Amino acid sequence: MSRTFLGTPAFPEAARSALANTQLRRNLAHATSTIRAKRAAVVGEVAEWERLRRAGAALKDRTLRHLDTYLQQLEESLTRAGATVHWARDAAEANRIVVDVARRHGTDEVVKVKSMVTAEIGLNDALAAAGITAWETDLAELIVQLGDDLPSHILVPAIHRNRSEVREIFLREMGRYGRPAPADLSDVPAELAAAARAHLREKFLRSRVAVSGANFAVAETGTLAVVESEGNGRMCLTLPEVLISVVGIEKLVPTWADLEVFLQLLPRSSTGERMNPYTSLWTGVTPGDGPQEVHVVLLDNGRTQVLADEVGRQALRCIRCSACLNVCPVYERTGGHSYGSVYPGPIGAILTPMLRGVGADAQVDSLPYASSLCGACFEVCPVRIDIPEVLVHLRAEVVDSHRGHPSAQNAAMAAAAWTLGDARRTSVAERVACAVGKLLRRTRRRAPGGRATLGALPGPAARWADARDVPIPAPESFRAWWARTDGGRTEQQ
Amino acid sequence: MSARDEILGRIRAALRDVPATETPADIAVDRPAPAAASPADVDTFVERVADYRARVVRCTPDELAAHIAAECTGRVLVPADLPTELWPAGAVPDHALPVTELDDVDAVLTTAALGIAETGTIVLDHDPGQGRRAATLVPDRHVCIVRADQVVPDVPSAIAKLDPTRPQTWISGPSATSDIELDRVEGVHGPRNLVVLLLG
Repeated sequence: MSRTFLGTPAFPEAARSALANTQLRRNLAHATSTIRAKRAAVVGEVAEWERLRRAGAALKDRTLRHLDTYLQQLEESLTRAGATVHWARDAAEANRIVVDVARRHGTDEVVKVKSMVTAEIGLNDALAAAGITAWETDLAELIVQLGDDLPSHILVPAIHRNRSEVREIFLREMGRYGRPAPADLSDVPAELAAAARAHLREKFLRSRVAVSGANFAVAETGTLAVVESEGNGRMCLTLPEVLISVVGIEKLVPTWADLEVFLQLLPRSSTGERMNPYTSLWTGVTPGDGPQEVHVVLLDNGRTQVLADEVGRQALRCIRCSACLNVCPVYERTGGHSYGSVYPGPIGAILTPMLRGVGADAQVDSLPYASSLCGACFEVCPVRIDIPEVLVHLRAEVVDSHRGHPSAQNAAMAAAAWTLGDARRTSVAERVACAVGKLLRRTRRRAPGGRATLGALPGPAARWADARDVPIPAPESFRAWWARTDGGRTEQQ
Repeated sequence: MSARDEILGRIRAALRDVPATETPADIAVDRPAPAAASPADVDTFVERVADYRARVVRCTPDELAAHIAAECTGRVLVPADLPTELWPAGAVPDHALPVTELDDVDAVLTTAALGIAETGTIVLDHDPGQGRRAATLVPDRHVCIVRADQVVPDVPSAIAKLDPTRPQTWISGPSATSDIELDRVEGVHGPRNLVVLLLG
């Protein structure tokens, strides 16, 4: 159970094989259209939704622009409430902290609440290397873990699996790790959920250490929040003796009152509900109730790099609702695995390159291009992240990082710059193009709408023309027409 | 350098564009005000709790005992500090029972801190009568008494009333999942049955 995204090919190649998987496309189309309709209905109920979104964005901007102050305040309030605060520069440091705490308690297993950040840092593998098994307790994470699979969605990591696939995984795998699934298990979702309940209950009741993330951390009070549906979160946050929460430094909100904005924005954007079934809020240690040893690991792991990017900084507002995935025409067709990252979809296409840096890895550099820039993601984002703006900004960074390296595209761009940079050269190029256009026009086909197009192009341009209609150059350039007709004044009507 | 100092240093370097004179209050946040309480809140609450496929029973103080008896059959966990006049026949007081015993009761009966009309949410802050967090989690049936005067219109009104130093559990319907084909199924790890007795 240790698959990683390492080795995923660049987006276009990964997308091509995903597109060929008709089962995957059916599963995704069904799931994303269901959730889109639910979200639209409950968002439509809120008269001041736009004002709420703007409040969410402003609160996150306030936090991010004064993050050092708020982090120190959070550390103070957590410590006052009896929690132990750790700081981790990167994934390795965070993993080491969690492993050390677990080891100190002599445990060989931990139960886990679904958390994006622990997936980001590869915590399960680090625990396994230390001889500690991490049990994923969210239903979808359990499906992914038992199926030796990779998550493909932020909210519903097993969105690429349908009910009969889930049934097969449960029947085949549950018995290897604990209570087996009933032999007569059907593929009715309620029965599958009941099998997960029975399988995990013994683990909840016996585990002494739990690991969670947090949806929000309140600087003023030291309160952490976990928003969930199944009750697996409550189990992990309540029953064990020791709780370790790994929290990205962008998860802060300044005050308790600020939660009112996010607890309205998140459930409606995420699962399309007025409120998710369970929200747990806890502030350090409560004597006689819940874990009596509470650790909070504050994680950077590239976030300060995102913060330094004045255009990209807004990505740190993200509250991981996944609304942008559900409306994205690219995500809907290619699924989450094509993005080769824990964070898929539009938000992943900007967050992953910024967390990891552009210019070093062809797969990462392909992500800002995994979009048609249609803007649907910006429209649904509950904290108004202008994802298309950041995508374009990152495309420029990718291009800049490859400057000076010879490539067909760079050669073409350099040639174009040389030609277009001088009026005389441009007019020569136009005359040549028009002459070629006249020749081709006699032989070539017409695209729908009557526009004459070239079919295939030769050489390195072939791939570009693969998915695009290349228009045949006009018989006369605009400049030639202007000169001939004195700007249209002498043209025959 | 400690990880703490290094991260704080990286943040300050990353925020060089933020003017030194800027304070958090300089970033304006315009948010919708909490809704004014209305007599319709209780009806909305009842309708929205039921929307999650929880059972809602409205009753008067005189009828409460009969409804508790009807909803709480078998062995019923009660917080030891729940007023004894509310205890059903099979009451098992929770004197820090081990979790395996919580798994053996048929139901749990508690009060609540407040209810939120707009979202159909019950909030427990685990004050007397509401039990510790595990008590309302492990049993498969949760019967919760909410007084009509505890219902607030919306989330901002709830946040304003709650004390952040208390642990809180916000409950909106029974445990549920949409993880298989985004098809909502009630009942995973938390109580599969939620009954709200709305008093008054």
